[in-house]
Amino acid sequence: MTLFLLKRVVIGLITLLVASVVVFSVMEILPGDPARIMLGMNATPEALATLREQMGLNVPLLERYANWVTGMAVGDFGNSYTYRSPVIDLIAERAIVSLPLAVISLALSTMIAIPVGIFAAARRGRMGDTVSMGTAQIGVAIPNFWFALLLIYVFAVWLRLVPAGGFPGWAGGIWPGLKALILPAVALALPQAAILARVTRSAMLEVLGEDYIRTARAKGMPRRTVLWRHALRNAMIPVLTILGLQFAFLLAGTIIIENVFYLPGLGRLLFQAINQRDLIVVEGVVMLLVASVVLVNILVDIAYAMVDPRLRSRA
Amino acid sequence: MSLVEIESLRLSIGNFEILKGVDLHIEQGEVLGLVGESGSGKSMTALTLMRLLPDLARTSGRVSFDGIDILNAPETAMNRLRGDDIGMVFQEPMTALNPVKTIGEQVAEGIRWHRGVNRKDAENSARAMLDRVGLPEAKFPLTRYPHELSGGQRQRVVIAIACALHPKLLVADEPTTALDVVLQAQILQLLRDLVDEQKMGLLLISHDLAVVADMADRVTIMRHGEVMDTGETGRILTEKTHPYTRQLAEASTHVPERTSRFISPPRTPPHKGGVPGAGPALLEIRDVTRDYASRRLSLFSRAEPFRAVSGVSFDLYEGQSMALVGRSGCGKSTLARMILALDRPTSGSIRFGGAELTTKSEAELRPSRRNMQVVFQDPYGSFNPRHKVERLVAEPLHLLESQPSRAERRERVAQALAEVGLSAADMDKYPHEFSGGQRQRLSIARALITRPKLIVADEPVSALDVSIRSQVLDLFADLNQRLSVAYLFITHDLVVARAITDQVMVMHEGEIVERGDTGAVLDAPRSEAGRMLVAASPDLDRALARRRQTAIG
Repeated sequence: MTLFLLKRVVIGLITLLVASVVVFSVMEILPGDPARIMLGMNATPEALATLREQMGLNVPLLERYANWVTGMAVGDFGNSYTYRSPVIDLIAERAIVSLPLAVISLALSTMIAIPVGIFAAARRGRMGDTVSMGTAQIGVAIPNFWFALLLIYVFAVWLRLVPAGGFPGWAGGIWPGLKALILPAVALALPQAAILARVTRSAMLEVLGEDYIRTARAKGMPRRTVLWRHALRNAMIPVLTILGLQFAFLLAGTIIIENVFYLPGLGRLLFQAINQRDLIVVEGVVMLLVASVVLVNILVDIAYAMVDPRLRSRA
Repeated sequence: MSLVEIESLRLSIGNFEILKGVDLHIEQGEVLGLVGESGSGKSMTALTLMRLLPDLARTSGRVSFDGIDILNAPETAMNRLRGDDIGMVFQEPMTALNPVKTIGEQVAEGIRWHRGVNRKDAENSARAMLDRVGLPEAKFPLTRYPHELSGGQRQRVVIAIACALHPKLLVADEPTTALDVVLQAQILQLLRDLVDEQKMGLLLISHDLAVVADMADRVTIMRHGEVMDTGETGRILTEKTHPYTRQLAEASTHVPERTSRFISPPRTPPHKGGVPGAGPALLEIRDVTRDYASRRLSLFSRAEPFRAVSGVSFDLYEGQSMALVGRSGCGKSTLARMILALDRPTSGSIRFGGAELTTKSEAELRPSRRNMQVVFQDPYGSFNPRHKVERLVAEPLHLLESQPSRAERRERVAQALAEVGLSAADMDKYPHEFSGGQRQRLSIARALITRPKLIVADEPVSALDVSIRSQVLDLFADLNQRLSVAYLFITHDLVVARAITDQVMVMHEGEIVERGDTGAVLDAPRSEAGRMLVAASPDLDRALARRRQTAIG
């Protein structure tokens, strides 16, 4: 198990290193001089040169890359050109919105999808299966921003239960913050839950056709007991894979929902930084996302190993 | 009253009638052998007893077990019965156990479920049961997972699950079909002992008359969902009054007619000159060894390579038919892969038709590939279901130097089909339109189309029913005579080896431990591995002779 973990961590670090090279080179190739963008089109060449000097844009490429990477290793992501504050602070400010949002919507989608998937698999071909999978189909098809607008209309405008948008911060207590996140979380969770429910159902059905399910039934346990005791754990592998992918998406792929709800999340930060050629912010956020994907993948691998002893010994 | 009474049992799925009025009974403590070919409905009969049928199955008739009306009992009553009064052992041990639960959990589960005892007591009972089936605590603690066990060991776990609560009836559906003969003999012995000890009734389902002749008190023979013949084993299988019984018995001991057997060359031929009359060897194998890298056990220890094939040397001559026999995992398939140049040896030399194969590139191997073809075990899995027969059989033609025209291609396919007893009209059909035996004929036609000098056949008849098997063996024998193709038959079935080979090699743990004329080796094996294989191999005549002896003595 330790060897297994060690291997995963080393692979993760290599992934990070490769990603850093790619991110850095892409940003170098991309057109647009950040200094010029900051100073505007009418800037004098002298001012431009001074700023380039200040921003360290004249240092040779390799040296700049090395500085960037070693900086990140100790938590120094550099300073934003446009916000004029350390990138790490910007990220932290946004992460306290994005991270809880991702966790809540993932929890929501898991809590809905897995029971629905199991329910549908247990009633394969019957009414319950048809209805729940039909609903899931609609869930996949509905654009989530449209669903978000619908939610705002019903719960914020009409019932006035929650705010229609914005984020009050966590300073005023947990409740106001949660209230602001609940609608976006539901909007994000819906399509995720729909996909996850379908994956759970098909994984369960596949497992329920296995020989060992028949062995368990031959022991005298009813269908339902066999489903929980023998099928569920075996069906979790594909479900975990999808969960891992979904979490990575929820961290930064939420820009549309953030815009609908005026949430200051990581997605918006990234989008604005790209528009303003604030390269250092883009690089920092992207690296952070890569790191979180790597981390989630390690967690998923550990979860695989906990579910399936064959993966434990193969590692 | 009998333990099991089945009267005019009918079973259909949709419009397809699987059982057409089956009658059978099993007394307490009796072993009933249920024999039939695939599609005869023997497994469905067993599943009806457990009432574990597919959802769409409709049944009628009467099935009673220990006075309980099985077809009409409520599900809760069936749950009480399953695993407690009726235990079941399945055909495929590799998939019968839940991969994410320990063997201890899986054996103890049924005990806890039925007896309501606490975990500790259930585990103690499970421990005792595993000891009994030959999995002692020292090597097989309860915490082992199924993937850490071999097929034979897993089948022992399945038997432990089935027998843990001392059922009145054990249903075993082809319990040894997936195992090699030595394991088969061990598992059958275990079943026999458990049945004696626990005074269980046993319903033993098998396609193998020899196995049933060895095990069963009475035998019931089924075909197409009907009972053909039933009665005391010795009488039924000796007198063979029913024509179908006779047909089955003859098919399972069938030896194809082979007029001119290959005369084996002297044991140590001068390699360079070859053997007078036999010409130079078609295939020369010298000191072939294949190592596989194994997993490292810890970060610091070096990986010990696993030696699958070790220092194998032999010659095969044109027109010679050679059997390579051995237990599963002895390295015979690895050796075959290297001969077919699908894998390279770690060291040693393989010469085919005078050309060294081990050092050649894929392009240079083409002429050799044309002259050697392969027939696999599974006639179902080795064809692309979306292609027509013409395309499937013509596949190896791409190995030829000059590609034949379309008309020529059809001509060659038609000829190959004719050679294996199919008609040219079959060319435009899809594989699913053929039966298992016909599909194996197709794969032989595919192997023949390039006019190879050598055919490597990996268990080519073990997936086939006995009556079809004898036809396919006849075909192999016939082709060997007419086209003087050399064969390398890889098998663990000595009946097959005896039927169509001149020479046999016994392989054990990567080495060839014995070699000689087939009859001589199989009648009086000299090596330990050879003796074990012969002793374990089921044989109808031997089993019946034993039965007569015990009846007299």
